[in-house]
Amino acid sequence: MAVMRSAEGQRARMAAPYLLWAFIFIIVPIILIIYYSLTIETDSGPVFSWSNYARAFEPTYLSVMWRSVLLALICTIICVLAGYPVAYIMASKEYSSKGFLLFLFLVPMWMNFLLRTYSWIAILENNGVINTILKAIGLPALKLLYVDQAVVLGMVYNFLPFMILPIYTVLRKMDQNLIEAAQDLGADNRLVFINLILPLSMPGVISGVTMVFMPAVTTFIISSLLGGGQYMLIGNLIERQFLKVSDWHFGSAVSVIIIALVIVSTSVFSIADKDSEGGALF
Amino acid sequence: MKHLKRFYLGLMLLFMYAPIAILIVYSFNASKSRANWTGFTFDWYIALFNDPEISKALYNTLTIAVLSSAISAVIGTAAAVGIDAMRGFKKTLVMAVTNIPVVNPDIVTGVSLMILYIAVFRFFPSLKLGYGTLLLSHVAFNTSYIILSVLPKLRQMDDNLYEAALDLGASPMAGFFKVILPEILPGIVTGALLAFTMSLDDFVVSFFTTGSGVSNLSILIYSMARRGVNPKINALSTIMFMAVLLLLYVINRTDTTKSKSKKLISEGDK
Repeated sequence: MAVMRSAEGQRARMAAPYLLWAFIFIIVPIILIIYYSLTIETDSGPVFSWSNYARAFEPTYLSVMWRSVLLALICTIICVLAGYPVAYIMASKEYSSKGFLLFLFLVPMWMNFLLRTYSWIAILENNGVINTILKAIGLPALKLLYVDQAVVLGMVYNFLPFMILPIYTVLRKMDQNLIEAAQDLGADNRLVFINLILPLSMPGVISGVTMVFMPAVTTFIISSLLGGGQYMLIGNLIERQFLKVSDWHFGSAVSVIIIALVIVSTSVFSIADKDSEGGALF
Repeated sequence: MKHLKRFYLGLMLLFMYAPIAILIVYSFNASKSRANWTGFTFDWYIALFNDPEISKALYNTLTIAVLSSAISAVIGTAAAVGIDAMRGFKKTLVMAVTNIPVVNPDIVTGVSLMILYIAVFRFFPSLKLGYGTLLLSHVAFNTSYIILSVLPKLRQMDDNLYEAALDLGASPMAGFFKVILPEILPGIVTGALLAFTMSLDDFVVSFFTTGSGVSNLSILIYSMARRGVNPKINALSTIMFMAVLLLLYVINRTDTTKSKSKKLISEGDK
């Protein structure tokens, strides 16, 4: 036993360089962000203050946060509504042998994220593809770029595969005997879907929702390339504080709030996940 | 119903591929930034290859991806071996810290590392944000992915093997290289590949931790795209998309040959 302990102790020591590394590059940066968020700059040096957080909850910034959450929610709902049927069809019997279809939906994810977002500029801009077509058939041009809808479109385009994949995985693993049993007992397709398939696939939907909502709510690339205005989303607000106006204290407070938002939504989704698993059993 | 299903899948695939197809088509369009087709040209590709900024950014992207995945593979593998031997609260704590870079929004990782570097630079005024900080940041987020890919392999491994090697007189070093490493190598390779692609694709963390004059491809595309449509980016997109297709084709081919050879071996065993 003692020999084993010392062998384990020796092995545990191999993590020592990483522990030092993790302390410097993971823990210290977070401590620094919290420190900056709780101090303000005065003539006699930094002093403790809650004012950065108070400022973050002023109406101007509150509306930015609200807008981030709202656009991310709309994007998530569209991804569920558009992605569920895709996963459902691909998991159905007549398509399940066609593995390359899923592959086709995943290939664009391998393209650089910025290029995928950029491609929509060429489509939506004033001289872009859509407006050129509209003009050709004699319709007036539309303002499609630098509006909220363009941001939601960019989010849906980038994150849709994250919704399709987990739902597809859950649907494929589903016990086909259950569905056949329900049909034998007289349930029609609609009943089978609503009472059986949909509840059983909820874990996939919830993990898809997490994987879409998180990056959507914190993005600043999509909004700064496709959206208008400088205070578009919470991500743009942070970027501006650090790179343009150099107010690190306020930027840090907003970053701490975004971490809190992520922790809260992750726990809400995981509670929902547990509920649905319980619901699926009974 | 069957037609409806097919139509819907086709529509969604059109949505996924139309933007990429349009970029590819316009990369050959003679007119700049107009959607009208004015003639076929390779000019944008020639301009792309003659652009020193782009070749420098490509060099930075590739070297940082290779170096950061190699460095984090070494740190991360050693860390995983150590963490696997830990017990109780210490292990929980270290794993919680390791998960932070994975779950943290990129923008928070980016700004917090930037604050760290600038805080350190107060004591070393000659240092600046640039290639070095870019590389450190990529190692910082990649190491977690390596640890998370190697740990499951260690859990599958029989601990007694390593202890048997030590009992038979192997030094801890020899035990590691002869017993542990061969067992966990697939995990290290998976983790390193994941780290490599994460590094290639990263924009947000790089954007905050690099200095003036040092860009990777993502940063360069971002600054070009903010000025609107640029045919050189169209050409770059086409090349990168083709590279992705080629890479996926090669990976798939090696996968099928591997499974085929495995099948042959198992059939031979019978």
